[in-house]
Amino acid sequence: MADPEAQPPRTRRTQEFFLGEGTFPQPEATENMQVNIGPSHPAMHGVIRIFTELDGEQVVRADVEIGYLHRGFEKHCEAGPYNNAMPYTDRLNYVSPLINNFGYCSAVEKLLDITPTDRCQYIRVIMSEISRITDHLTCIGASAMELGAFTVFLYMIKAREFLWEVIEQVTGARLTISYGRVGGVKADLTPDFEAGVRKAFVETRTVLGEVDKLLTENRIFVDRMKGVGALSREDTISYAITGPMLRACGVPFDVRRATPYWVYDRLDFEIPVGEAGDNYDRYLVRMAEMEQSMRIVEQALRDLPGGPTNVDFEGRPMSAPPEYVDRGKLGKTDGLLLTPLRLSPNLRGQERPFHDAVNAPDRRAVLPPKEHTYGSIEGLMNHFMLVMDGFGIRPPKGEAYFPVEGANGELGFYVVSDGTDRPYRVRCRPPCLPPTAAMPRMIEGSMVADIVPTFGSVNMIAGELER
Amino acid sequence: MDGPAILARLQERFGATILEAHEHRGDHTAVVGPAAGLEVLRFCRDDPALRFDMLMDLTAVDWLKYPGREDGLRFEVVYHLYSVAENHRVRIKVPVDEDTPVVASAVGLWAIANWFEREVWDMFGIRFEGHPDLRRLLMYEEFVGHPLRKDYVINRRQPLIGPKN
Repeated sequence: MADPEAQPPRTRRTQEFFLGEGTFPQPEATENMQVNIGPSHPAMHGVIRIFTELDGEQVVRADVEIGYLHRGFEKHCEAGPYNNAMPYTDRLNYVSPLINNFGYCSAVEKLLDITPTDRCQYIRVIMSEISRITDHLTCIGASAMELGAFTVFLYMIKAREFLWEVIEQVTGARLTISYGRVGGVKADLTPDFEAGVRKAFVETRTVLGEVDKLLTENRIFVDRMKGVGALSREDTISYAITGPMLRACGVPFDVRRATPYWVYDRLDFEIPVGEAGDNYDRYLVRMAEMEQSMRIVEQALRDLPGGPTNVDFEGRPMSAPPEYVDRGKLGKTDGLLLTPLRLSPNLRGQERPFHDAVNAPDRRAVLPPKEHTYGSIEGLMNHFMLVMDGFGIRPPKGEAYFPVEGANGELGFYVVSDGTDRPYRVRCRPPCLPPTAAMPRMIEGSMVADIVPTFGSVNMIAGELER
Repeated sequence: MDGPAILARLQERFGATILEAHEHRGDHTAVVGPAAGLEVLRFCRDDPALRFDMLMDLTAVDWLKYPGREDGLRFEVVYHLYSVAENHRVRIKVPVDEDTPVVASAVGLWAIANWFEREVWDMFGIRFEGHPDLRRLLMYEEFVGHPLRKDYVINRRQPLIGPKN
């Protein structure tokens, strides 16, 4: 019995040609070819797919498909208390996670209407600028490697390593740092921080000098970068592209200067700009920005307000938490809160002198120093009020948008509060989404090989792009 | 221009179409009636005093579970505008009805609206009328629902879609 749904047998049409007979396709009758680049392609920096239509070597049409790394950052932020979003922000731009941390913190602080201490703001500036350098190093290193300059990549990653060691020294981690806190930072800088930074900067400056000699006037590099991937100033603005890519078009827009936040208005720095808006100018802008970031850090280290440090209680007898509690139980509470306390090593950096220096004096948002938590009922209650479900940081109803200058441009956090302990809505404005959206505009009409340097200069970070 | 002057200029031009104008924590916001959204955005971009040449961000908020807003329109599309030329910012909000979640597309004004609107469609299910290519941006085509809506439970699982045979 014949199956009514059976497919008719496929017929194969063949055509035989013999020498001198038939018609061969003429050169002008070529067909465009469709080629997928990505999603798992070594030059795609993670996972992104560029769907191209090629006429020979030329890109006729391109469509960028993203979403392979979407993790639901915004949805997850709504599900937990305010400070729980901190580890998620690490994973947005994972090359400069500190900037994401602080951007989110500042947005919530804006909602709460609190200001961190001066020392905390200086620390945020210092750590953000170090992150900006690591981000630019990675961007230039990776895109140079894709053009064949493997030495540059190794040199830049070496310099990044020195900077990440400094970051690790302070935050305890290289990448997933979770160092920001609403109202402050997790812990103060370490005593040998400044020496570490200066040493890392010497190394970084050496590397930048070497890379400058290797690349800036290198014929191969210049030929592949200059005039490639250019966007006009109007297009760049219409695509809402910010950061180095906008500055490469000659627009000196930088959030640090346009709407100064933290203590950027007290520091002296220049905003490097390009002219042509092509890949080569983007490279030059990034190279110049690293030097400016180092200048900012050096000034910030010079101006870093003293505040209390551990000098006060160095050498003084310290008691362990159990003894501390025993003393409290015996009613010997006189001066208890002034006694320095030896804390468990994983709480290091959160003792009171550090804590007061880097955190806003606001009990609605900031966990009390550990001496108070362990040593007084008020401190313990304060601590529990901030960590218990349904309590915690509860900004009044309202909304706030806080932009910071991320390594790729304006990184904005838009936070809406409904008065409870968890954000009603968190929106991250990813700085690398606009240039990725403009990718087709940049590569259409150019050669396939030009996709690689252009995509490198976009510095797409999938964690941030797709959240 | 400073924030109050921007809001005053919008109110002077559009009158009652600006449903509400307020300042909170230094951010200035104008809430615009759904019908006039595109017109206000165009004015913001083209007016020589405002010159909002950059659509810095476009997102939406689902007010479904917001205490005290149970009666109003469910969604709000939020535009953050910035002027590179004048260095000022404003936030424009356009309320959107739950039954007909449609607003006019701003693709004709700013090129970046294309992707931002695709993301809002993807995450909130708000359609943008006049958008040339309103596909999902972050989720895959077969995904059912819009994840940032407040009635989409966070732990809902969806089957992975295999290759089409």
